[in-house]
Amino acid sequence: MSSEASSRATAKLLTYPLNGWYVAAWDHEVTSKGLLARTVAGRPLALYRTKDGRPVALADACWHRLAPLSQGKLLGNDEVQCPYHGLRFNSAGRCTGMPAQETINPSAVVPSFPIVDRYRYLWVWLGDPTLADPSTIPDMHQLDSEEWAGDGETMHALCNYQLLLDNLMDLTHEEFVHTSSIGQAALSESEFHVTHDEHSVTVSRWMLGIDPPPFWLKNMRDKFPGFEGKVDRWQIIHYYYPSTICLDVGVAPAGTGAPEGDRSQGVNGYVMNTISPETDRTCNYYWAFMRNYRLESQLITTQLRNGVHGVFHEDEVMLKAQQETIDANPNYEFYNLNIDAGGMWVRRILERALHAEGRGDAPLSQAALVRD
Amino acid sequence: MADKHVQWQDATVVERGEVAEGIVRVVFQPSLPVPARPGEHLDILVHLDSERTDERSYSIAGARPDGTRLAVSVARTPTSRGGSDYLHRLAPGDTVRITQPLQDFPLRVGASSYVLIAGGVGVTAIRGMASTLKRIGAEYVVHYVGSDRSRMAYLADLEATHGERLVPHVTREAGRMSVAELLATVPNDAEVYMCGPIRLMEEVKRTWEANGRDITALRYETFGNSGWFEAEPFEVVVPRLGATVEVGPGESMLEALERGGVEMMYDCRRGECGLCEVRILDLDGRVDHRDVFYSERQKAPNAEMCCCVSRVLGDGTGSGAARVTIEVS
Repeated sequence: MSSEASSRATAKLLTYPLNGWYVAAWDHEVTSKGLLARTVAGRPLALYRTKDGRPVALADACWHRLAPLSQGKLLGNDEVQCPYHGLRFNSAGRCTGMPAQETINPSAVVPSFPIVDRYRYLWVWLGDPTLADPSTIPDMHQLDSEEWAGDGETMHALCNYQLLLDNLMDLTHEEFVHTSSIGQAALSESEFHVTHDEHSVTVSRWMLGIDPPPFWLKNMRDKFPGFEGKVDRWQIIHYYYPSTICLDVGVAPAGTGAPEGDRSQGVNGYVMNTISPETDRTCNYYWAFMRNYRLESQLITTQLRNGVHGVFHEDEVMLKAQQETIDANPNYEFYNLNIDAGGMWVRRILERALHAEGRGDAPLSQAALVRD
Repeated sequence: MADKHVQWQDATVVERGEVAEGIVRVVFQPSLPVPARPGEHLDILVHLDSERTDERSYSIAGARPDGTRLAVSVARTPTSRGGSDYLHRLAPGDTVRITQPLQDFPLRVGASSYVLIAGGVGVTAIRGMASTLKRIGAEYVVHYVGSDRSRMAYLADLEATHGERLVPHVTREAGRMSVAELLATVPNDAEVYMCGPIRLMEEVKRTWEANGRDITALRYETFGNSGWFEAEPFEVVVPRLGATVEVGPGESMLEALERGGVEMMYDCRRGECGLCEVRILDLDGRVDHRDVFYSERQKAPNAEMCCCVSRVLGDGTGSGAARVTIEVS
């Protein structure tokens, strides 16, 4: 990595690359019945589906006077009508009708962004459309696999998206933030291993022969009623560029071979996290908890979703407070600990991507300007 | 939309050379480089004479990926409104005022196939689109129409780059190209992008519409600089203001009216938006409608015209100068 990136202070307010897939919404949120307004990476979007179900992401501002198209209505197979002067645009963003004239100004278009329906999410690409390759959408297949069950929610987090990535890349905070559910001293006492490649980072941590914390004891008993005893607990954190983190987590009775690959005696969950920057100080955090046991139980699905909701609310409160403190102390810098290794590799990957977009050194307010 | 945050900057001319008969390529080094995308153009502040300046739009004919070099290609027309003369006079080392790249002609990624149509110097905009389509592995064909190979800029380069996907239509060699035959080869779900003289573009548009094709799949850009007839001088009278102005062949009716002290409303100055509309009260001659704002039906009665691009010329009987009497907004 070049020296300019590594010599720079750890960014407190990191801007976001545009050449990457971000989740714009859950698949069920976007329909052909109406428009949904949502801002992704500083870009307000009007989201909808065509009559045949194809998702569409238009810039949420009419070509004419920038009125919000998301407050307009859907017409025909794939058109949006501006709520103000009635201009119409199709799913490619091309104007199909102008008021009080018989022709259409050939310049009249609104940006239409690549958007893909995958893994129960709609993924949008806001950067150079010639680089938008759906095969680079992060692997979140557990979300719509028959071998996994679960559900999730969206959290509107009041912090820069990088603070959330930091949070998920270092789970030692569980000991202090999530004391009553998944926290335990073993988290900060055990070693972790970090690996990375060009687009991903993995942090693995095994805690062997420990008492299961309340959340995991409940899960073990859902699968193995009456379970008692020590467990081997794992947390394998998979980061995928730009902002998806899948946590492979679980416990198995101590000494039954889980670290060697046999998890059959235990319970396995995947915490699916993907974070879409909204503004420089807010983001939408889409998460779900998936499990590979008791797939038939809606009760467990609901309990796990509500339980994780409670855990993540503790993060939400901390992240908001952290962002406020950062903003209240503009002259103080970040320092790094050994536990930040995973998060620091994520930052390195993001900074390299920003550099490749020519936005590496721009202050956030300017870097966020989208040319389109 | 969105891309209208126009940023003017100084740029240095680093290269100038003829790329075809009557067409020069001028390469700028902008002071605030940003990458250019296919279909983008520059507005350039042109010096019409020692006193008057104006803005003209030119498609970007090539750029470095980081935007530190931007090229335009300019044809010198006998009836230049002053812009092409100015650009032809530039020499390395000169400083000009240009905008950052502006986008009114975006190439949409994701169509199942593309047909690009370039007429004459309109090839400048089409060339960048063709390279992008090649790079991303799209299905495309480029039709390049010109009167004579010597007047077709970048022809050899395009043939070398695109091979059989480049179809030249050289009038001197094969006679006038049939628009109907060309459009018959366009697949149903293809998108067409064209840039060229208005006569070619109007014929393509008319045929496209007559064939019942999707009008939003036909993309084009016009800078309002070509007409159905050669530009001639004519007189414009505004009775309510007691103004009579002579419009020279090298200026627009809008420019002449402003020069004559008539305060005019306008925006795009390339015949797209319709803001510069004037009402025709009386006409000695014919109107050369060069805009894309009015429909054919609206143009026929000559009741209004877009004075930023459209002109008046004699009716061919030779009886006196062409003249139009108008009301302005």
